[in-house]
Amino acid sequence: MGLKLQQSYHHSVTLKVNEQMGTKRGYTFIQANRAWLPKFLLLWVMVMAFLSTWIYKKMDADNKVRRKEVLSSMCDQRARMLQDQFSVSVNHVHALAILVSTFHYYKDPSAIDQETFAEYTARTAFERPLLSGVAYAERVVHSEREKFERQHGWTIKTMKREPSPIRDEYAPVIFSQETVSYIESLDMMSGEEDRENILRARATGKAVLTSPFRLLGSHHLGVVLTFPVYKSKLPPSPTEQERIEATAGYLGGAFDVESLVENLLGQLAGNQAILVNVYDITNSSDHLIMYGHQNQDGDLALLHESKLDFGDPFRKHQMICRYHQKAPTSWTALTTAFLFFVICLLVGYILYGAAIHIVKVEDDFHEMEELKVRAEAADVAKSQFLATVSHEIRTPMNGILGMLALLLDTDLSSTQRDYAQTAQVCGKALITLINEVLDRAKIEAGKLELETVPFDLRSILDDVLSLFSEKSRNKGVELAVFVSDKVPEMVMGDPGRFRQIITNLVGNSVKFTERGHIFVKVHLAENPKPMEGPKAETYLNGGSDEDALVSGARQFKTLSGYEAADERNSWDSLKHLVADEELRYDASVKMKAADEASQSVTLMVSVEDTGIGIPLIAQDRVFMPFMQADSSTSRNYGGTGIGLSITKCLVELMGGHISFISRPQVGSTFSFTTVFGRCKRASFSDTKKPNAEDLPSGFRGLKAVVVDGKPVRAAVTRYHLKRLGMLVEFANSVKIAASACGKNGSSCGSKTQPDIVLVEKDSWLSGEDGGLSLRTLDRQQNGHVLKSPKMILLATNITNAELEKAKAAGFADTTIMKPLRASMVAACLQQVLGTGKKRQPGRGMLNGSSVLGSLLCGKKILVVDDNMVNRRVAAGALKKFGAAVECAESGKAALKLLQLPHSFDACFMDIQMPEMDGFEATRRIRMMESQANEQMNGGTEEGSIRTGEWHIPILAMTADVIHATYDECLKCGMDGYVSKPFEEENLYLAVAKFFKTKPISDS
Amino acid sequence: MDLVQLQRQFVDYRTSLYHEGFLDEQFTQLQELQDENNPDFVVEVVSLFFEDSERLLNELARALEQQSIDYKRIDAHVHQLKGSSSSIGAQRVQKVCIAFRNYCEEQNVEGCLKCLQQVRHEYSLVKTKLESLFQVRLPCRREIFFLSKMVLP
Repeated sequence: MGLKLQQSYHHSVTLKVNEQMGTKRGYTFIQANRAWLPKFLLLWVMVMAFLSTWIYKKMDADNKVRRKEVLSSMCDQRARMLQDQFSVSVNHVHALAILVSTFHYYKDPSAIDQETFAEYTARTAFERPLLSGVAYAERVVHSEREKFERQHGWTIKTMKREPSPIRDEYAPVIFSQETVSYIESLDMMSGEEDRENILRARATGKAVLTSPFRLLGSHHLGVVLTFPVYKSKLPPSPTEQERIEATAGYLGGAFDVESLVENLLGQLAGNQAILVNVYDITNSSDHLIMYGHQNQDGDLALLHESKLDFGDPFRKHQMICRYHQKAPTSWTALTTAFLFFVICLLVGYILYGAAIHIVKVEDDFHEMEELKVRAEAADVAKSQFLATVSHEIRTPMNGILGMLALLLDTDLSSTQRDYAQTAQVCGKALITLINEVLDRAKIEAGKLELETVPFDLRSILDDVLSLFSEKSRNKGVELAVFVSDKVPEMVMGDPGRFRQIITNLVGNSVKFTERGHIFVKVHLAENPKPMEGPKAETYLNGGSDEDALVSGARQFKTLSGYEAADERNSWDSLKHLVADEELRYDASVKMKAADEASQSVTLMVSVEDTGIGIPLIAQDRVFMPFMQADSSTSRNYGGTGIGLSITKCLVELMGGHISFISRPQVGSTFSFTTVFGRCKRASFSDTKKPNAEDLPSGFRGLKAVVVDGKPVRAAVTRYHLKRLGMLVEFANSVKIAASACGKNGSSCGSKTQPDIVLVEKDSWLSGEDGGLSLRTLDRQQNGHVLKSPKMILLATNITNAELEKAKAAGFADTTIMKPLRASMVAACLQQVLGTGKKRQPGRGMLNGSSVLGSLLCGKKILVVDDNMVNRRVAAGALKKFGAAVECAESGKAALKLLQLPHSFDACFMDIQMPEMDGFEATRRIRMMESQANEQMNGGTEEGSIRTGEWHIPILAMTADVIHATYDECLKCGMDGYVSKPFEEENLYLAVAKFFKTKPISDS
Repeated sequence: MDLVQLQRQFVDYRTSLYHEGFLDEQFTQLQELQDENNPDFVVEVVSLFFEDSERLLNELARALEQQSIDYKRIDAHVHQLKGSSSSIGAQRVQKVCIAFRNYCEEQNVEGCLKCLQQVRHEYSLVKTKLESLFQVRLPCRREIFFLSKMVLP
């Protein structure tokens, strides 16, 4: 390319095209020729300079041509005019000659004398403007000289005014115009010029001119015109001799050429501009000047010659015109060329600049691209590094934690124990952090997949709450959850991730809240606007507003009475929600059908706290990873600030969005929406079974009165009691409750008698007469009915003194510590009411394994492992959670046991076994099942009875938890895997999928 | 007084076992599985382990004495041994098993024999330790059970 360009270096058009192509074709061309760019510019400038010079020259030449044309036209015009005027004068002289011959010679005596001639010529002088004067000289031969002199009375003189010497003939002037009267009697033949003239004139019979000479009178340059006058009439074509013979005299006139031409030119325009010279060029080698200066100034470069014909064929004349001044510099041309050059220069520079810029931008772009690739690589490396490191850290951390646990088992001094416990807490925090980082890395890598399984949202919320109950109780913070009745019991979604979100948010709230409450609320996002009309007051009295002001301090209608950031969660809105539900309760059956028409349900979850809030400046980076309100936050409260960013990611993955309202020193409310699928009716009714199992049904239909001054809190209590199937009423204070009970008791009898009275600690303490009225209540009950209602105190935290006081006041039955959970309330009520102790609440109720226990309890599980010891351990572990375990020591044995129909609920399968490994065994089991299913579907009767198909959950037991193994497991039809040796959490996660969601139809 | 001392002794001893690497947390888990319904669980499992291991060790010794050694079979045996040792948390045995399997894969007779020696050695060590641990606890199994429940998280 470069070479080609070089060849076309001096071709402007090619260059231009190339440059344009360069800009158009984009970076490849420019980039490839970047080294040439300055040369292009130089070339461009040179070409443009050349072009502008050319333009200048062309314009200049045009100008010159025009100038020349103007000059020649002016010159010709002048020549023509001069010639015309000259010939007019000559004609007149001719006429004079005829006049003289007519009146002087043909008349006898002569009719003209000097006087007449002078007068006539003077009066007709205007006809001959070029002639300074005319005179008539008579031809006198020497023989007649004396007669002539006598007749005129003077002698013939020469030009020098001396008496003429003797000659052959003379031509003395007899008549003259007054202007030239001084030449009278002068012999014209005596002058060299005149003599020649006279001889030529009489020979030709025409006007002849002398060469220019200085005239006698004016000393101007002039010529003399001579015309012959003949005595007799000439023959039609006379010979020269005949003419000479017939000659009578000569009429002469002096042309004052100088003043003549001056006069003439003065009349014409452009006189100043041009310089005119008139020459006699009869002798071609020696031009005689007739007019103008001999030494020429003016513009010598340009001249124009015009021929002049004054009627004398012997003489040749010429007019030469020049410009007075040299051709002026053509400013227009110069300016045009210069401007053109400048513009082109600028254009070139702009193009050059653009090209340079493009090159620069492209360089930057490439650099950026490279950096981007590197950054991405770094990002990938970071994620990999994080994943690897997290994983690698977890292994030793497990060791550390295990050792710490063991260390705590030993006998330690209190200081040592404190140290060890601190270390353990830190270790756990570290593990949590690592898990979070891993999560975040997974989300970033897009590897996080959500599962879609049915789950019970309420029980998850209860679980999360129980997780934080200890902490919140220690801080004296009230923790509560409320789920709208319209939220379906079972939804489809990812329970683990939902739990993570809630845990994150609640954990955050717990961390930053020192007083007040944390309130989790769930309702349908597409909740219609609360009805304004019927405000269903469910209070026993109507005056709920009266505790808006309690003891001077402003009380807010929130859960704990502290102000919350977002008013939407206050009682005013909740009231509508509750009221709405009350109203729709009857219609709920109909509603359900309508609700289920839509496939998904959007839930609005809000977590409200009355903590320190988020500073306004920090609010816009709350969801950015590793960003906390300020650096002191992590010092005071710990944490890395990654939790919320993960939460946001998760919420967005679940098809919702998260937002928050926060007021510093007031609190924060985080709200998010999620989209869950609805469970199908069939599975809904199925899942009802284990759910009901979870919450004892023994309280169905019991009546409870909740005594609480704070409506929101009362609503929460009611929500939990309602889940147990109880009928709930509110009372604003103990007194009201007591009176209401009394009234009810007397009027309606025991039918509406409450079975349980739940009293909030605050309401009990705030009422001065609390104790008293309680006793009254108690007494009244005792008086009227056989069975007295059970009195239960609800408290977030309670001191021993208060407890004593409570017992004294009549709360002998029990105290329920908050946060409330349906299962815990159930356990307490069981204890109080002494009903159905089928299940052992106590220990199992309170720790995590209860869930696993409830999951596995009564399930029949097959453990397949060739290793005796492993088999025994696995069986032991499962039995511990209440499962009935059967063992098989090989894949074949397992196949035999699993011949359809069988009664197993699940199968744990070792992978590496002799003869038939776990994969193979699973494949065969699945084959068997699919055959059975086909047969079943073939026979419609059977198919209609069975809701589910044969599919026993098979879980692999494996020591290596490499991903590839997991894939292999899924490929051959297994449902999951548990790592060996069993860990409770691990086991739970694996098992939960099946037993919560998949009620085994044939058990 | 006696009980407290016994408890102390038991805990110390067990801790030493952890420290020397004879046992790992799997053994802790195993102990957790023991409850009222299943009071002899740990002893039961451990004796199962002894039984099984002795059988396997004999098998291994026999297999390695053969003229043409069947490495596949040896590998299967070692795998079994590894599985059961990891199940009760005898981690030193387990580690030697891993090395053993590597030699097996290389079909290295000498390495295998060396490993067999080591496995035997480790096995007898852990056996002695466990037996003495149970002797510590056997006389007062019930008490120990409760103690271990209390002490363990």
